[in-house]
Amino acid sequence: MTFIPKPKVRHPSLPRNELGLTRRDYEGALSTLCAGCGHDSITAALTEAIWGLSLEPQNIAKLSGIGCSSKTTAYFVGGAHGFNSVHGRMPSIAMGANAANRNLSYIGVSGDGDTLSIGLGQFCHAIRRNLNMLYVIENNGVYGLTKGQFSASADMGTKAKKGDTNQQPPIDPVLLAMNLGASFVARSFSGDKEQLVPLIQAGLRHRGFALIDVLSPCVTFNDHEGSTKSYAYTREHYEPAVNADFVPFEREIKAEYAEGERLPVVLHDGSRILLRKIAPDYDPTDRVAASAYIQERLAEGEFLTGLLYIDEGQKEFHELNATPDGPLNGLSLPALSPGAKGLDKIMARYR
Amino acid sequence: MPVVPAQDRVNDFVVKIATVNGTGSASANTLLMKAIFRSGIPVMGKNYFPSNIQGLPTWYEIRVTKDGHVARSGRVDIMVAMNAETYGKDVREVATGGWLIYDSTWPRPALFTREDITVIGVPLAKLCNENFTGVRTRILMKNICYAGVLAALLDLDLARMRELLAETYAKKPQLVDSNMKAIQLGYDYAKAHFACPLPLHCAPMDKTAGHILIDGNTAAGLGAMYAGATVAAWYPITPSTSLMDAFKAFCDKWRVDPATGRKNFAFIQAEDELAAIGMVLGASWNGARSFTATSGPGISLMGEFFGLAYYAEVPAVIFDVQRVGPSTGMPTRTQQCDLLACAYASHGDTKHLCLYPANPEECFYFSVAAFDLAERLQTPVMVLLDLDIGMNDWMCRELKWDDAWQPDRGKVLPLEEIVKLEKFHRFLDKDDDGIPYRTLPGVHPKAAYFTRGSGHNQFGAYTEDSAEYQVVVDRLIRKFHTARTHMPRPVFEMAGARTDVAIVAAGSSDGAVREALAVLQGMGINVDYMRVRAFPFNDEVDKFLDSHRLVFVVEQNRDAQLRSLLTLETPVEKSRLRSLLHYSGLPISSSFIIEGVLAEVAPKPLRSVAPHGA
Repeated sequence: MTFIPKPKVRHPSLPRNELGLTRRDYEGALSTLCAGCGHDSITAALTEAIWGLSLEPQNIAKLSGIGCSSKTTAYFVGGAHGFNSVHGRMPSIAMGANAANRNLSYIGVSGDGDTLSIGLGQFCHAIRRNLNMLYVIENNGVYGLTKGQFSASADMGTKAKKGDTNQQPPIDPVLLAMNLGASFVARSFSGDKEQLVPLIQAGLRHRGFALIDVLSPCVTFNDHEGSTKSYAYTREHYEPAVNADFVPFEREIKAEYAEGERLPVVLHDGSRILLRKIAPDYDPTDRVAASAYIQERLAEGEFLTGLLYIDEGQKEFHELNATPDGPLNGLSLPALSPGAKGLDKIMARYR
Repeated sequence: MPVVPAQDRVNDFVVKIATVNGTGSASANTLLMKAIFRSGIPVMGKNYFPSNIQGLPTWYEIRVTKDGHVARSGRVDIMVAMNAETYGKDVREVATGGWLIYDSTWPRPALFTREDITVIGVPLAKLCNENFTGVRTRILMKNICYAGVLAALLDLDLARMRELLAETYAKKPQLVDSNMKAIQLGYDYAKAHFACPLPLHCAPMDKTAGHILIDGNTAAGLGAMYAGATVAAWYPITPSTSLMDAFKAFCDKWRVDPATGRKNFAFIQAEDELAAIGMVLGASWNGARSFTATSGPGISLMGEFFGLAYYAEVPAVIFDVQRVGPSTGMPTRTQQCDLLACAYASHGDTKHLCLYPANPEECFYFSVAAFDLAERLQTPVMVLLDLDIGMNDWMCRELKWDDAWQPDRGKVLPLEEIVKLEKFHRFLDKDDDGIPYRTLPGVHPKAAYFTRGSGHNQFGAYTEDSAEYQVVVDRLIRKFHTARTHMPRPVFEMAGARTDVAIVAAGSSDGAVREALAVLQGMGINVDYMRVRAFPFNDEVDKFLDSHRLVFVVEQNRDAQLRSLLTLETPVEKSRLRSLLHYSGLPISSSFIIEGVLAEVAPKPLRSVAPHGA
C-alpha cells in the first residue's frame, strides 16, 4: 500500500533458493507502517521463511482483514495474489479460496482486533474446520489505525498511551485455539526472528490450521511505560518453552541433531519439526497439560513462546469433505454436470 | 370473477385443508395433489405453514384448474377442517354453496354451523383408533384417512394413489400398505354415507403431459449443479434451506466418484451469513463457481461483503428466497420485500444485478444464467425467489438441457495470454465495455494482483487520489450499463386491442396477473402486461412504461418497492404508476388484481368478485 515503487536492484551475489530465486523475489510493496513497527519484522520473517521453503510465488495466496496487520499482505511475495477483505472476515475468504483450490499455500495475516473482536467467530470456526492455512496474528493489544483504543488482547491493568487502565480480562488466542481443538498452535515475538522463521515454515507445511500468535509491539500507541505489550515488557516477559527447527523433507538427511535433546515431529509431506524443549516438563503433544502450563505461566505474567502444541493426526477440511486431490476449480464440465440424459432421469421423480 | 354453477366446475375448484403441523398432513396433501396431476389435470398447491416444528395450525390449498392457472383464485370451495383450533375461521372461509368436511369423532359447537354450505362429518379419529395402534400412528393415519375421503368425494383413482405411495415409500413397502389401509377406510366411509362424487370433482384430462410438479428451490439447486457450481456455503434459514438441501442431494447422487467416493463439490455449513458470503467470494475469487442461498435477514448481514464484491469485482451468486419482513417477520410466509435491499445492498454507491424468476422452471434456467452473468460481469448476481416459488410445488414444463452448453467464464486471462503481457493491470477497461480482465491465483507470478475493498486505481494499486478513484467508480457504472444488454429481457403479453392501460409485475405475481388479464378481457377491459425479469432494466422497459397512460405495478410488499425501482431507474413519470400491493404473507390471488384494476378502470365494477381472503 504505497505510492512509491520499490527499486528492483539486485546484487548478483544474493543467495538463491532451489527455484533460483533470491529473497528480493519474495518481497512485496514498500511498507507504509510506522518506522519500527513490529509488523514489519514479521513481514521480513515471512519473506525469509517462504524463500527458504522455495515456494512458487504464484502458489501462495495471501489473505487478510482490516487493520495495520492486514495491510502487510501487500508487503511480501508480490508475485502472489492477495486479498485484503473486510474487517474480521478473512477466515471465511480463506475457507472459500481453499475450498476452490486445495493446492495453494494460504497465508492469513490478521491482528488482535481483527481476530479477537470483530472476527472472533470466524477465527473459531476456521479452527473447528481445521482449515489448511497459516494464520498469523500480529498481536499488539491496541487499535492503531483508530489511534490507540484497547483491543481484546490487552492485559488486565495495562495502561493506554492516554492513561486509561484496562480492566477487562484479555482473550488469549493461544489458549482459545487449543481449547477449540487447533492442530498447530505457536506463539512468538516479532523481535525474535530466529524463533519465528522456522515456526512459519513448520506452520506452512503443517496440514491443517496453523496458528502463530506473534507479539508485535505498536511503537506509536503501545510502547510506553505501563504497557504490557511494549518492546521492553515483551522482551522481559517472554519465555521460550519449545523452540522448533524446521527441516524440509528434501534436506532431512543432511540435518544433524542429537536424539533425546530434540523431539522430532514428522509432517504429512515428510518434513520434520525438531522440537527443542527449553522447559523440561513441557509436552507440546499433550493438549491438556500444555494448556495448563501456559495458563500457569500466564498467571505469573510470562508469555510462553515456541511451538506450544502440535497434532499431525487431525484431518483437515478436504479430508473430511472427501474432495478430490486436484483443485475443484479445475474440474471440467463433464465431471460436474449430468447432461441432458441425466436431467431426463432426474425429471422422472417430478412427473 | 363471476360465480359459476357447481355442476360446471368439474376440474375447476379449490380444496383447502386445515391441519396441525407435524402430524403427517404434508404427505397426505402432496399425495392428493400428485394424484390429480397424474390424472392429467393441471393443479396448483400452496402450503401455509407456521414457523414451528409441531402443534401449530397449517393449511394446504389445492386448486384444481383445468385452464392451467398457477395462482390462487382467492376462494375456497371445499374445506377439510381437521384443526379444532382454527375450525371457526375455516368454516367462515368456505364460499357459499361449498362443502365442509370435518372429523365428526367429536361434536363441533353449533355456533359454527352455516346454512349456505354442506357439512360432511367423517369420524376420522374413530376410524383410525379402531384400525391402528400407537398414538403417533393413529394421528398420522387420521390425516392419510381424509385423503381417502377426498378421493371418494372428488372421484380420484385409488390405484393411482397406491402407485404414488409405492414410489414414495420404495424403500419401506410396509408403509404403502398401512397408508393404503387408511385411505381405503376414508374412501369406503365416504362412499357408504354420501353421494359420491360431489358436483365439484375431478375428471381425467390430458393436460399435464410434458409437465412436472416441482418447487423453485429444488429447481434452483438443480440449476446450480448444472451450472457447474463447486463451492456452496450457507447458513440455515427458512425458506432457503431446501435450495441447499436440493443442491447437496443432487451432488451426492451425480457428483460423487463411485470408485473413490470423492466428491466433486464442497458443501460448507457456515457459522453465519457473513461467513457464508465470505466463503463464496473467496471461492469465486479463486476461480470456482460458488453460491449461497439465504433470505432477507441474511441479505442484511451480507451487506458489507456485497459492497466489497461490487467494488473489488468478485463474482458471486446469491439466491434470496424472500420471506415476510421486516426483521424476523413471518419466516414461513411469502413476500417480494427485498427488491430494494438487494438492488442497492451495502454502503456507498453500489448497485447489483438481480434476477426475478416467476416460477420453478425459470428458477432452473436463471440459476444457470446467474453464474454466467456473475463471471461475465465480475459482480454479485442476486436471484430473488420468494417462499411461494421456492417452497411450493408448481406445475411447469419439464426442464430441458442442451449438451452443447458451455459456461461463460468471462474475461479470465489464461496462462498463454499472461506470459505475453508486459505487466498485468486488473482494472483497465480495454474493451470499452466497463469489464476488466481478471486472473486467478496459482497460474503465474506476473498475473498477481492485490484485491482490496479500499480505494484503488485502474491498475489495481491503492489510491486516495480523487481522480484515480473516480476513474474506477465511473467505469463500474459503465459496466452496470453493459449489464443491461446481458440480463434477461422483459416478457410482454399485449392485449389484442390497443390500450393505454398496463400492468407491470415481477416474479411470483406473474400467474395471478395472467389469470386476471384473461378475466378482465372477458369483461371487455384490455390491459397490456410487462413482466420484468431483471435489474437493471433495459430500454424496452422504458419504452413500455412510456407508451401507457396508466400502469398498475403489482407487487407483494407494502412499500411499492418495484414501483420505487422503476421511478428511480427509468424516466417514467411517477404519477402514471399505480400500485396494487399485496403483502398479507399469502401468495397474491388473481381476484385481488382484478378488484384493484376494476376499482380504477371501470367506474362501477362488477361486484361478483370473490373476497380475496387475506
